[in-house]
Amino acid sequence: MRQQDYHLKLINVSCASCVKTIETTLVTIPDIDSFQVNFAQRTLSFNGTANPETVIDALKAVGYTARLQDEQTDKKEEQAYLKKLVRQTVIAGVLGIILLLLGLSPWQPPLTTSTGQLIWIVLGVITAAVIYYAGGHIYKSALKAFLNHHATMDTLITVGTGAAWLYSMIISFMPALVPTNARHVYFEASLIILAFINLGALLERRARGKTSQAIKGLINLQAKTAKRINPDGSEEQVEIEQLLVGDIIRVHPGEKIAVDGEIIEGHSTIDESMLTGESMPVNKKNGDSVFGSTINKTGSFLFKATKVGKDTALAQIITLVQNAQNTKPPIAKLADSVSAYFVPTVIIIAVLTALIWFNLGFSSGFILVAAMSVLIIACPCALGLAAPISVIVGMGKSAEHGILIRNGEALQKASQLDAIILDKTGTITKGEPEVVNIVAKDTIDQQTLLQIAASLEQHSEHPLAHAIVTKARQEKLELKKVDGFEAITGHGIKAVFAEKLVLIGNDKLMRAHHITIDKSAEEADQLASLAQTPIYLAIDGQLAGMISIADPIKAEAKQAIRQLKNMGLSLIMITGDHQKTANAVAAQVGIDQVIAEVLPKDKADQVKKLQANKKIVAMVGDGINDAPALAQADVGFAIGAGTDVAIESADVTLIGSSIQGIVNAIMISKATMRNIKQNLFGAFIYNSIGIPVAAGILYPLIGALLNPMIAGAAMAASSLTVVSNANRLRAFRIKSTRS
Amino acid sequence: MIIIVNLIGLLLIVCIIWWFWLAKAKTVHANTDIIRVEVKDGVYSPARIEVPADHPITLEFMRKDNSPCSEYVQFDQLFDKAQGPPFDKAQGPLNINKQLPLNTPYLIKLGKLKPGNYTFTCQMKMYVGELVVK
Repeated sequence: MRQQDYHLKLINVSCASCVKTIETTLVTIPDIDSFQVNFAQRTLSFNGTANPETVIDALKAVGYTARLQDEQTDKKEEQAYLKKLVRQTVIAGVLGIILLLLGLSPWQPPLTTSTGQLIWIVLGVITAAVIYYAGGHIYKSALKAFLNHHATMDTLITVGTGAAWLYSMIISFMPALVPTNARHVYFEASLIILAFINLGALLERRARGKTSQAIKGLINLQAKTAKRINPDGSEEQVEIEQLLVGDIIRVHPGEKIAVDGEIIEGHSTIDESMLTGESMPVNKKNGDSVFGSTINKTGSFLFKATKVGKDTALAQIITLVQNAQNTKPPIAKLADSVSAYFVPTVIIIAVLTALIWFNLGFSSGFILVAAMSVLIIACPCALGLAAPISVIVGMGKSAEHGILIRNGEALQKASQLDAIILDKTGTITKGEPEVVNIVAKDTIDQQTLLQIAASLEQHSEHPLAHAIVTKARQEKLELKKVDGFEAITGHGIKAVFAEKLVLIGNDKLMRAHHITIDKSAEEADQLASLAQTPIYLAIDGQLAGMISIADPIKAEAKQAIRQLKNMGLSLIMITGDHQKTANAVAAQVGIDQVIAEVLPKDKADQVKKLQANKKIVAMVGDGINDAPALAQADVGFAIGAGTDVAIESADVTLIGSSIQGIVNAIMISKATMRNIKQNLFGAFIYNSIGIPVAAGILYPLIGALLNPMIAGAAMAASSLTVVSNANRLRAFRIKSTRS
Repeated sequence: MIIIVNLIGLLLIVCIIWWFWLAKAKTVHANTDIIRVEVKDGVYSPARIEVPADHPITLEFMRKDNSPCSEYVQFDQLFDKAQGPPFDKAQGPLNINKQLPLNTPYLIKLGKLKPGNYTFTCQMKMYVGELVVK
């Protein structure tokens, strides 16, 4: 079992004390790493390698019924939180604007009279109440953090707005403390700053919701119901949670396939683009695998469920993407280490700012404005948020294209590649040899030649034999009985067909039996240069013809390779095949460097060799035979992984078998890394320009200070900008499509 | 007056450095298997937990804070630079990064840890907690 998250719905949990019993039971199950019981929602979530069925059984033993459920949502709570943020923003904003206008108007209560003072004191108290309402959560958080020796963004806002309010209150009570021209109150600044911060949080929350839309899209792909065939033959519509392994399910055209399984009756074409990213529907027949959430296009069929619930391919993809979304690329480490020291440093800068202006003889109001602006404009959030938010969008985007990137590090490396080593078989070629040409001598026709060959080859295990048999079946030829079948290792086979001795094999076999193939030798050479393997057939000592077999090159390979080259990557093809065949394939797709006749176990050494030249090397292979090379490479791409999405050795898993997926993966990782860099750059620049400007570095030039309210707006905008920029990635389109 | 104000300012800076960087949060000594950590009002409480080594540890996070920042808890990838990862390789990667549900306890089993200091933070490093294994 894989490590993953499971969510169970608890059916008959009626009291809070049941929770304790359930928890005690769960603690005894060894393969659960973490769990949570939500009594209010009657749900149980756990993470670990334990089988959910084991957990369900264990709960049953103590008297509780549980079943697997869909992802839970706490939408209501979310709505209430957002509504509160809106109220906080509006109330603080409205009072702030009223006070701002009052301060600018001729009716401003003068601080020189006791009535005026009293009015300001009353306004100050009202402001305090509104500040508490709109920013109470911020102050409480700042205080708690302070007591724990931590400083956060809340600390900055608290000190900034708190100082403004306190200063204004002191001025209102004792205006005589400062010179007449400095007698100004700043209640409106505190309020408007809080309004901006709440507005920023509100917008950020909304924008954040969008970043995970790709994964929500995947979750929503899941079918809700299925038509189960009961043992008595009746058909019943059931919820997919009720399906068990072994259930027989009917699928009509246009319907979504409920779970993973194997077709047992009928055939159809199925749209698997939601999983593989490949738009062409796939033909499926008896015995073929089908996957939950893919869409049945044309035929109607029955299938037997082989994987349900959290074991289905889609569920595993979702888990993989969710885990990947929580990782960070190494580039984010700098931002992380900076943000740990950021806040106290900003407070120190604010104190220094105040001291400098004080020593230069500026008024207390001026000093307050400068120090407050420094505190308010600084935005540690934008720094910390820069990478994670883009990673969430980028990983989701790639999943939409059937590309699963293991973690942030793989994402970063994939964007920095110098060279890609491509395995030939299965990556550039389809990996399944096919008959591409049949040449028959005058004595026999092509169909008969193929029929004889297939009748013999049906007894052979050789992959080339398989190609011949498949071809004969496609042509609907009847395979006949042969006698005295014998396989001659390294040469071919021989048997008696219709009382005639038939030899099928390579040129060595023919020569060993003194059969002349001179006439075809030239053709054979030509075939080799086309990466085709000739198989000769002789009947009673006479050459009857030749069947050429090749592992066909994938249709999109040429274009994908051109695109990779255009990205400035050096491409190397690696294969265990003969040099000649390898060269032929490489030439056809446009690869210049070929490493042929390499044993699978030596592929990793070839990767190492390239890495020794300080190159960042990717290896593309099937993830099974090429596992050591994939693991050795800086980025291992497993191609055509199908539903086996959790390939350990791969950093990037392509569910589809199209080589275009590599181009797409690199393009997405480049776009994501570009986005992260923009975010990080923006956040660093924002802070390193914003803080000095707020401190008044431009004062000698322009004769004015930054208004703290503008600082508040800038602060709110900065983290919102980071999230919005990450959201831009959602619109990223793969530029070139397959030809 | 000028000297006094400057002295106060410098003293304030010294206090900031001392309070936020040099002084440690109040340590809670835990001997229970499950240690409850509340995520509320911008902090983890307790923020510094001391536990004996070779004792299996489970942290029970209770998130009562709706702010997006508190949503994730992550343990630093490089737990303790000197000691290396606290888990054996066979136990899997230690890259813990969990989304905490609201108002619902979430348990993270850490198993036995090697002596060292292990920090856990929110994504933006605003929430900071420390697990001291002795």
